[in-house]
Amino acid sequence: MKKSLAVLGGILLLAFILYRFFVGFYNTGVEYQENAKTAWSKVESAYQRRADLIPNLVNTVKGYAAHEKGTLEAVVNARAAATQTKIDPTNITPEQLAKFQQAQQGLSGALSRLLVTVEKYPELKADQHFSELQSQLEGTENRIKVERDRYNDAVNKYNIYIRKFPGNLLAGMFGFKPMARFQSDKGAEKAPKVEF
Amino acid sequence: MRVKYFLSLLFSLLFYFLPNQFLAQSGVENDIPPLKIEADGLPAKPSLSVQKTHSVYDYAQLLSPQQRRMLEQKLSKYYDSTSTQIVIATVHKVNDDIALYGTEWAHKWGIGQQGQDNGLLILISKDDHKITIRTGYGLEDRLTDALSKRIITRDIIPYFKKEQYFEGLNKAVDDIIKVLDGAYQNNLKPEKEGIPIWIIIIFIIIFFILVSRGAGDQNSGGWRSGGGPIIFSSGGRSSWSGGGSSWGGGGFSGGFGGGGFGGGGASGSW
Repeated sequence: MKKSLAVLGGILLLAFILYRFFVGFYNTGVEYQENAKTAWSKVESAYQRRADLIPNLVNTVKGYAAHEKGTLEAVVNARAAATQTKIDPTNITPEQLAKFQQAQQGLSGALSRLLVTVEKYPELKADQHFSELQSQLEGTENRIKVERDRYNDAVNKYNIYIRKFPGNLLAGMFGFKPMARFQSDKGAEKAPKVEF
Repeated sequence: MRVKYFLSLLFSLLFYFLPNQFLAQSGVENDIPPLKIEADGLPAKPSLSVQKTHSVYDYAQLLSPQQRRMLEQKLSKYYDSTSTQIVIATVHKVNDDIALYGTEWAHKWGIGQQGQDNGLLILISKDDHKITIRTGYGLEDRLTDALSKRIITRDIIPYFKKEQYFEGLNKAVDDIIKVLDGAYQNNLKPEKEGIPIWIIIIFIIIFFILVSRGAGDQNSGGWRSGGGPIIFSSGGRSSWSGGGSSWGGGGFSGGFGGGGFGGGGASGSW
């Protein structure tokens, strides 16, 4: 009688410990996943910010360089393509992300071609409105880089969590899928970044 | 006899506490603490317990001590009324995109207040002649990238070309403060400055005990006459003579508040 009670207690205790363990694993996983999703939404809004600047930029350039029609149209089309490529943040797969990245890179390319063209128009370059737009654009490109890096960091943390033991055994059970990262740009050097 | 031991123990305790306090304060006057570069390539966040949080980190020595103090005072005064933290840092070289590097630096240190994100970093790289203004999330809507760019090209670069670093920075700070006018108020609780009250009380008690004992016993006073004044001279002179200006005038009481940076701002070169 006493013995079976002790066994029952042991089983209950074990069950409780297991339960706490699963809860702990699950909650941390959810936290990391949500952090990565938040980071993703910041990436998207940085890209959106860039897209929002473009109509203004195109109109300003048109005022001075109307016959650069091809370059301007390329930017408008690339912008349309980029804003249409959306990602489901609950399921960021490598294929989806690659597509997204490609569309945004198309826009980056068209934009840089436009900015090269602009070099031919000193009056446009001297335009106050244009130079301010240009600095906003620069700032936005920086925001994109910053938020992309932070997204990658957040995803890294999450992916490592669900791939490491015992995460690799439990992730499937709870439906944690690895998230995709941005492919880093080449040329990340190892040199010390600052000299005091 | 036992009282004497007790007293000397108390004194050594005081020695232990007081100079640390004063040294930390007078450090503001003389030099900025060296910063360690951590594995992420960024300087370690200054720890509050060891150093006071500064507003000017002039590693490239572009400013004279006096100029630095003037900027520090202006910035900490602005901080006291608005809780907005503006930090100026000069280094010799940044082997990276200065804008991105500056953003990560400011973000890591958490310049500005958490939730308000009202921090700003002006980072100057002396050898490659680059400057960047990094705005915290909460300042982006007022101090837009275009305005930051304008401040760099109009306020800073003309002076920097003539190696008038203080003038350029001073003008930039004035204009930044003008742009941000009224955006934030300081709702933080003011932190007590100076010596904690309990140290003063202990001090007075010991002083009276010494005086009363000294009056009664003239012969055994060797260690007292030596001990007492040293405390005053070692700790006291440097900070008290500095006057009100150095007393809490240099940096941000309470340290960096945890503000976030997302890449806003502008850069330029001279």
